[in-house]
Amino acid sequence: MSSTAAADRPAAARTRSALGAARRVPVRVWIGGGVLALFVLAAVVGPVLHPYDPVATDLPNRLLAPGERTEAGAVAWLGTDQMGRDLLANLLAGSRISLLVACATVLVGGAVGLVVGLVSGYFGGWPDTIASRVGDIQLAFPSILLAILLAGVLGPSVTNIVVTLAITRWVVFARVARASAMATRRLDFVDSARVLGAGHIRIMVRHVLPSCWQPLLVAATVQVGLVMVAEASLSFLGLGVPVDTSSWGATVSVGRDYLGSAWWISTMPAVALALVVTAVGVIGDGFRDVSDPRSRI
Amino acid sequence: MGAFLAKRLAQAVVVAFGALTLVFVIVRAVPGDPAKLIVGPDASAGQLESVRSDFGLDDPLWRQYVDHLGGIVRGDLGDSWRLGGSALTNTLERFPATLTLALAALVLTVAIGIPLGMLCARRPGKVLDLVVSTGSLAGQAIPSFWLGIVLILLFARHLDWLPATVDGSPAAVLLPALTLSLPFIGWLARLVRSSALEEGAKDYARTARAKGVPEGTIQYVHVGRNIAIPVVTVLGLLMGNFIANAVIIEVVFSWPGIGSLMVDAITNRDYAVVEAAILTITLSYIVLNLFVDVVYFVIDPRLTPEDA
Repeated sequence: MSSTAAADRPAAARTRSALGAARRVPVRVWIGGGVLALFVLAAVVGPVLHPYDPVATDLPNRLLAPGERTEAGAVAWLGTDQMGRDLLANLLAGSRISLLVACATVLVGGAVGLVVGLVSGYFGGWPDTIASRVGDIQLAFPSILLAILLAGVLGPSVTNIVVTLAITRWVVFARVARASAMATRRLDFVDSARVLGAGHIRIMVRHVLPSCWQPLLVAATVQVGLVMVAEASLSFLGLGVPVDTSSWGATVSVGRDYLGSAWWISTMPAVALALVVTAVGVIGDGFRDVSDPRSRI
Repeated sequence: MGAFLAKRLAQAVVVAFGALTLVFVIVRAVPGDPAKLIVGPDASAGQLESVRSDFGLDDPLWRQYVDHLGGIVRGDLGDSWRLGGSALTNTLERFPATLTLALAALVLTVAIGIPLGMLCARRPGKVLDLVVSTGSLAGQAIPSFWLGIVLILLFARHLDWLPATVDGSPAAVLLPALTLSLPFIGWLARLVRSSALEEGAKDYARTARAKGVPEGTIQYVHVGRNIAIPVVTVLGLLMGNFIANAVIIEVVFSWPGIGSLMVDAITNRDYAVVEAAILTITLSYIVLNLFVDVVYFVIDPRLTPEDA
């Protein structure tokens, strides 16, 4: 019996501290999380429930205002575009691209940055010098220019967008990982691992890497928002996704020609983008506050 | 100071060189035959041949690279096949428009951001402070191209106060400049606010208060001077940011600057112009960074070059 009590106590303490941590999370972070969850849900199941056909034309129902009924009697909640396609379906399809590009870019860029940063921070010396100089050069180069150039050269496709944005973002992750790796490699437990005969790879993966996760997570959250805006900007310029793919940026661009008669075409995707990016930003701030109490001023 | 400047200058040259190389590599990695892109899909074999030899496309890559660097040193970036004439001349003709836009945006940001930040620092945690900090978060999230569209809709279409596109009047710069600066006004205000709060709690400010100096004088004279240091640093970076971000805004407003030229050139695969535009923007970016480094030392006599 005493053994069960001993086993229960730490579990109870854990639950309590988890509850405490949850209570410390400010309300705005919960709201941000809710918006983000809704966005992910819409991106995953939305296009299945409410499919979008990019080549359909339904001219009798073109340019319906939000809430108006189509001839078939269905309600066009967000209105219809110049071809009579439902804007809500378009946005749902676009949210999928937005989510896909953001996740893939952060994963690819984050993985490359993590490896480069870890190696250069852990070893120092010339690998570090080379990686840091390349990073300096890239940061001296406005990232939007690099993105426009790369996207323009590679041509419009979802894969190319991910490649382009990952190339413009890896430096950020590399810097974060490098800083953590440099701080950790001098610590006593790393030295003791070395004394015990652990190899470089083992030390890097088992002992240095864990200290990189938290700052990387914060950086990744911030980057998700920035990548979403960058994807929309490129698609707005016509350098992003192919014409037959829905993207919020591309829809804003199309709606520009109908500003006077149908404001909703440009506005709806932009509002959706702003909402999601703000939510991501709020969550990123929350993460930073939790991981670095000093930043709470 | 001299040694410090020389070191920074050398760094800037290395960065500029690296940027040039990066652009060269990316542009030459184009899938497809550049000669075919230049003369069009139904060109004869003879035409393709002459274009290849004109542009040196048959040379090995390293040779093209060396020629390219030599050309840049001479200020020759090749000709624009679409606009005719030197790509660099075409680009530099558009530069003043971009510079005007970025400067106007900088003026707007400073004129609104700094007083706003000071006001927030006066009463931290009050309504204005909360509005500004929320607004700065939203300002960063709203896509700038859409902000431009909304401003056109509001001020040009509905209210008819300002022109939406270039019509020769000086007021035409206002809407694009506002679009460019709006996301950064709140950001600058937050920076000014936190610096003002930090400086305002220091001993010299307390002494001034004890002497009976009015709060406004303390804020703008005593504290303001010390805030100038972080703010000036940021202004240089902001200007660089504005020049780069102008690319998208210029497209939205059909502003005749480098950005719209570059996007036009890239969709038409006019790579000489693309390179010239990127070179110009990157160089101004680097020069601004260098300028900030120098100004930093001029305005803060406490710093020695060893602090860098």
